[in-house]
Amino acid sequence: MTDLTLARGPVDRDRLLRLLREYGVYAGVVALLLFNVALTPHFVSAENFRTQAVQVAPVLIVALGMALAIGTEGVDLSVGSVMALSTSLLSLYLGYGPWAAALVAVAGGILVGLANGTLIAFLGVQPIVATLALMVAGRGLALVLLPQLKDVRDPGMAALGSGDLLGIPYLVLIAAALALLVAFVVRRTTFGRQLLAIGDSRPAARLAGLPVRRVLIVVYICSGALAAIAGVLATARLTASDPTSLGTLMELSAITAVVVGGTPLSGGRVRIGGTIAGAVLIQLLTTTLVKHDLPPSWTQIAQAVVIVGAVYAARERGKR
Amino acid sequence: MTTETTETDTQPDTVRRSTEEDGSPSRAERVSALAQQHGALVTLLVAMVVASLSFDTFLTGDNLENMALSSAFLAVVALGMTFVIVTGGIDLSVGSLFALGGVVAAWGSQHGTTVALLLPLMVCGLIGLVNGVLIARSGLAPFIVTLAAMLGARGILLAITDEGSRTYLVDKDSFFATLGQGSLLGVGVPVWITMALFVLGAVVLRRTRFGQYVYAVGGNEDAAALMGAPVARTKIAVYTLSGLCAGLAGALNAAWLVSGVTILGSGMELEAIAAVVIGGTLLSGGFGFVSGSLVGVLLLKVIQNIINQIGSLDSAYQQVVSGAFLAGVVVAQTWLGRRRRVL
Repeated sequence: MTDLTLARGPVDRDRLLRLLREYGVYAGVVALLLFNVALTPHFVSAENFRTQAVQVAPVLIVALGMALAIGTEGVDLSVGSVMALSTSLLSLYLGYGPWAAALVAVAGGILVGLANGTLIAFLGVQPIVATLALMVAGRGLALVLLPQLKDVRDPGMAALGSGDLLGIPYLVLIAAALALLVAFVVRRTTFGRQLLAIGDSRPAARLAGLPVRRVLIVVYICSGALAAIAGVLATARLTASDPTSLGTLMELSAITAVVVGGTPLSGGRVRIGGTIAGAVLIQLLTTTLVKHDLPPSWTQIAQAVVIVGAVYAARERGKR
Repeated sequence: MTTETTETDTQPDTVRRSTEEDGSPSRAERVSALAQQHGALVTLLVAMVVASLSFDTFLTGDNLENMALSSAFLAVVALGMTFVIVTGGIDLSVGSLFALGGVVAAWGSQHGTTVALLLPLMVCGLIGLVNGVLIARSGLAPFIVTLAAMLGARGILLAITDEGSRTYLVDKDSFFATLGQGSLLGVGVPVWITMALFVLGAVVLRRTRFGQYVYAVGGNEDAAALMGAPVARTKIAVYTLSGLCAGLAGALNAAWLVSGVTILGSGMELEAIAAVVIGGTLLSGGFGFVSGSLVGVLLLKVIQNIINQIGSLDSAYQQVVSGAFLAGVVVAQTWLGRRRRVL
């Protein structure tokens, strides 16, 4: 109702709101960067930027898969548990060498994704509930496989976690490569177009003859695989497997990054650039608060406010 | 009209038409309706019989009392969640509100029982109200708003407890402590309170105008609005109610533990949702009943108890079983719902 009266008002306001929705996240990143450069001591250093980038890499990788799921008007709450499962599997199979172990870990993520996708696509269960069930079961399975924290002593994993190429850490390179790959898939492939069509209107996509079920299953498999990769990378960085705490609240961070980045929860649109900026924004926000000696509780409250603000700003577009 | 509403609305409509309005539902319809309504109860009874035959310690007074007490707090949370889910929404903030309610109650108990009870209700009710306003008036997705509230409430909790390092204690001899620790006719006070709340909740949902609005909003929001139901007000009310229930459950739990433990409640929203869904309430809204949620809570706790009794099993199996069970129930529900739509 209010939209009608608003539309008749100054056009500039509408345009401003749209610009805010489209580019607000980039503006937020720039503003936080400027703030930190001006006011935070020791912010401008290669070491600091490196730390920030390494910390954001796993969140970003998970958020990429989440963006795909949200693009189909779904959500994947099981990503944090998939990370835990992946770290457990990795630690169990490390005896066969780091590559084999990483492959098993990713295979575990794919299996969880397959279960999610089957529940959602073939049995018609709502994404929230299906992935909720796998979230509970996945964390349990991870703890059954590896009951407590275990050190990962493997030169290969250590190199993956802390090595670099031309000064850029492997973790960041892998995250960047995956982001490029997912952006390419969404923008330039048939699969990407089908995914967006399904998110826009599932009945229409079905009537148009698109393989709705297959696409949905592949989307959740991708999300599971990406979360598992993030789990492997996080394990390599920490040089320890901790299925109790690895990935807790990760689903929340990933959803925040995607939503803040301007991907509507109603599906039909995926913004990879925005998702990257969203992940960076959350990371910078946390860093800013931590570096200014504000307690972690403030970070959580600030993150909550940012989520609600971003969804609020995006709501008209969501109602299309 | 977005796809979401059209897809989710067909189901509850069909369910109600086939179970209540049609004069003579077919036999298959009646069977699937019965399975939906009483499946959880039958499973609970079977689980209890199996458990009492397998373990001597299951049917002892101590064990039953422990199960009843530990069910009570989750049951109160699930009661509020039932109302929210019947409107077609979801409330992910209850776990954090449960913990926050406990801490606030323990802090308030130094000023007397009234403060200890009213303060958590006010704080958690207020957060629930904010959730409701954002969802109903601004049209934001319930899961994202309550997800943010989950994070925000946990943040507030950490802020008032020196980042979780401080635990407020409840005086063991105060009246507030007896609310959690006392017992009446051999049954703990929290269990009595929970039972009273469920009777009240059942009456409100089935027999009052507000309850009918809750069903109407969940069944078909547009139709409810056209019919003249106050959609926004009903939604705000259910999220406030859910916040109040979570806060009260937290307060009772704090009275039981005689301290405001800060690490509680994580994952509780999942347990509550699982209990409500297992109890036969449809996640798409418009269909559900509070007694089912109570059965769902008890079933979860009995499963937990059985796994504990086996002993050799790791407690992590509990999560695996709960998750698999939730998935199984949801699949069964979807199947039952679809079957009825076909018929």
